[in-house]
Amino acid sequence: MSRIKIFVPKDAVALGLGANRVARAIFSGAEQRGLDVEIVRTGTRGLLWLEPMVEVATPEGRIAYGPVSHGDVESLLDAGLHEGGAHALRLGNPEEIPFLKRQHRLTFHRCGVVDPVSVDDYRAHGGYRGLEAALGLEPAKVVEQVKDSGLRGRGGAGFPAGIKWNTVMLAENERKYVVCNADEGDSGTFADRIMMEGDPFNLIEGMTIAAVAVGATRGYIYCRSEYPQAFRTMRDAIANGVKAGTLGENILGSGKTFHLEVRLGAGAYICGEETSLLESLEGRRGLVRAKPPIPALKGFMGKPTLVNNVMTFTAVPWILEHGAKAYAEYGMGRSLGTLPIQLAGNIKQGGLIEYAFGITIREIIEEFGGGTFSGRPVRAVQVGGPLGAYFPDNLLDTPLDYEKMAAAKGLVGHGGIVVFDDTVDMAKQARFAFEFCATESCGKCTPCRIGATRGVETMDKVIAGNRPEANIELVKDLCEIMTDGSLCAMGGLTPMPVMSAITHFPEDFTRGASLPVAAE
Amino acid sequence: MSSPEPWSASRAAGIVAEHKHLEGATLPILHALQEEFGYVDEAAVPIIADALNLSRAEVHGCITFYHDFRKAPAGRQQVKLCRAEACQAMGSDRLHGEILQRLGIDWHGTTADGEVTVEPVYCLGLCSNGPAAMIGEEPLARLSVDSLDAALKESRA
Repeated sequence: MSRIKIFVPKDAVALGLGANRVARAIFSGAEQRGLDVEIVRTGTRGLLWLEPMVEVATPEGRIAYGPVSHGDVESLLDAGLHEGGAHALRLGNPEEIPFLKRQHRLTFHRCGVVDPVSVDDYRAHGGYRGLEAALGLEPAKVVEQVKDSGLRGRGGAGFPAGIKWNTVMLAENERKYVVCNADEGDSGTFADRIMMEGDPFNLIEGMTIAAVAVGATRGYIYCRSEYPQAFRTMRDAIANGVKAGTLGENILGSGKTFHLEVRLGAGAYICGEETSLLESLEGRRGLVRAKPPIPALKGFMGKPTLVNNVMTFTAVPWILEHGAKAYAEYGMGRSLGTLPIQLAGNIKQGGLIEYAFGITIREIIEEFGGGTFSGRPVRAVQVGGPLGAYFPDNLLDTPLDYEKMAAAKGLVGHGGIVVFDDTVDMAKQARFAFEFCATESCGKCTPCRIGATRGVETMDKVIAGNRPEANIELVKDLCEIMTDGSLCAMGGLTPMPVMSAITHFPEDFTRGASLPVAAE
Repeated sequence: MSSPEPWSASRAAGIVAEHKHLEGATLPILHALQEEFGYVDEAAVPIIADALNLSRAEVHGCITFYHDFRKAPAGRQQVKLCRAEACQAMGSDRLHGEILQRLGIDWHGTTADGEVTVEPVYCLGLCSNGPAAMIGEEPLARLSVDSLDAALKESRA
């Protein structure tokens, strides 16, 4: 009998729900039964409400079970888990689960499937075809592919990636850098984490293609310290890549060099802002830099630097393999390709949904998410992280598209969707937006540093019922100053959640002293 | 997690020397020091400044800017509770109140027996399975008072 392969995720969510105990129980249970089992620790497929989701390789393909707790393992093994046997937790072929089947998995197709740190497994699942294609092209042609694909920066700003790449390519310097922004600090987002834990070579390949295209020989991944698993997986994958000759000197025998290193942030949200990130990477306080000069011309160590988000780099291997045109067939308007949407908060079926731009917020919440976790009605939805707008029900038919979201006074951001049920107090959420800004502001510019603190104080007055109308006017005025006068998006966009809460949920701001003052 | 070593200037100088060749070595050095000693001792500032040709003010400024770096040792177990929006939507505010009350401490506090330190954190990337927390580097999803209790007992054992 050949060896049975059982896949148990070691994604942080799966670990947080007991995946290690499940893996240990399977191992010892299989041993007792004399089964020859190999346990492969994968990332997650992103069906996070089903984690830990265990899969077994059968002659008919993979069969999934979930959510599995360690207490289920004995009965699963008795039911013939190793052969895909029937059990209450049996989900069948994971790729036929509607949540996954309906998606457009271009960037995430290997996540949860492969052994994350194995170069061989990566290649066996189509890895490095994009880089091989890129190595056969002139750098300008690679940049042209990225341009033609319509890919825009997935970190939040939505700047056309090809234009950035072109600027760095044309910058003349003996030394250039490629830097990946993996400081995924927005609440409600975890796509970067899932990618780094589940398919780190996709990021390595995307960055290598970028390095070859723009003429850089050294790169850094700036990973937030709240992601220790992602950091370790990236570090191990890089080491394995160097051993296999896909990183370092003479990549894939091309004569090109690319040295890549993963660095750890230190718990500062602002370091997700690219100039602050560069300051931090250089070893200083993460203070935002004034632009110009843009990092593409004067970035890390004063050298031309391409800074992109994890999701931007990881879209690139698919584009190079399948062509810009194939990628641009997904999406709508000027938002082309797929968006990794992260569904979170009070939601029944949360997880990662990679889908073409243009799907509405309501489709995501209702058709993928299945409504709230609490079973209560949805009242507010924050899209795009802590700097994104809170939408009420009547805006949920807005399509996820950069321009359409902007027209609704919101933003796509990094694609996070956080659902709140009807117990939410929107005045408290507005106060929190200021509080978060006050905690995380780098302090360089006054509107952000002082404005955030004054915002908390003024919101406290509103909540306490102290002249609420006059104080709301003051908050609005403050928001205008922060929007117009801040150096970066931190202060500049903190007004977005605040103003959307005031605009769409005014009733929560005039209840006055009937509500206790938030206790933070 | 292994328990931290007591502060040693010579060991610190060794760690600094191991990392000083890196581009932008400050953060890697600070992380390595904290990993070794559990915090970044004030006495490390001149050692780092000297090795990297920085002023002491620059090094001090860097340490104090980042939430991660501690100036004093923490409890044996470090708990991070996520206070960001996705966890709020799952009732984290109330849960945190109960947890802190049970431990008898406030944010950033350490229990009287020196066992547990609780820090706030803004997002652990476990947002679809909140409320979320982390003990050391172990993530915890769908957190409750009881599950935190059990996890603390388990990692103490």
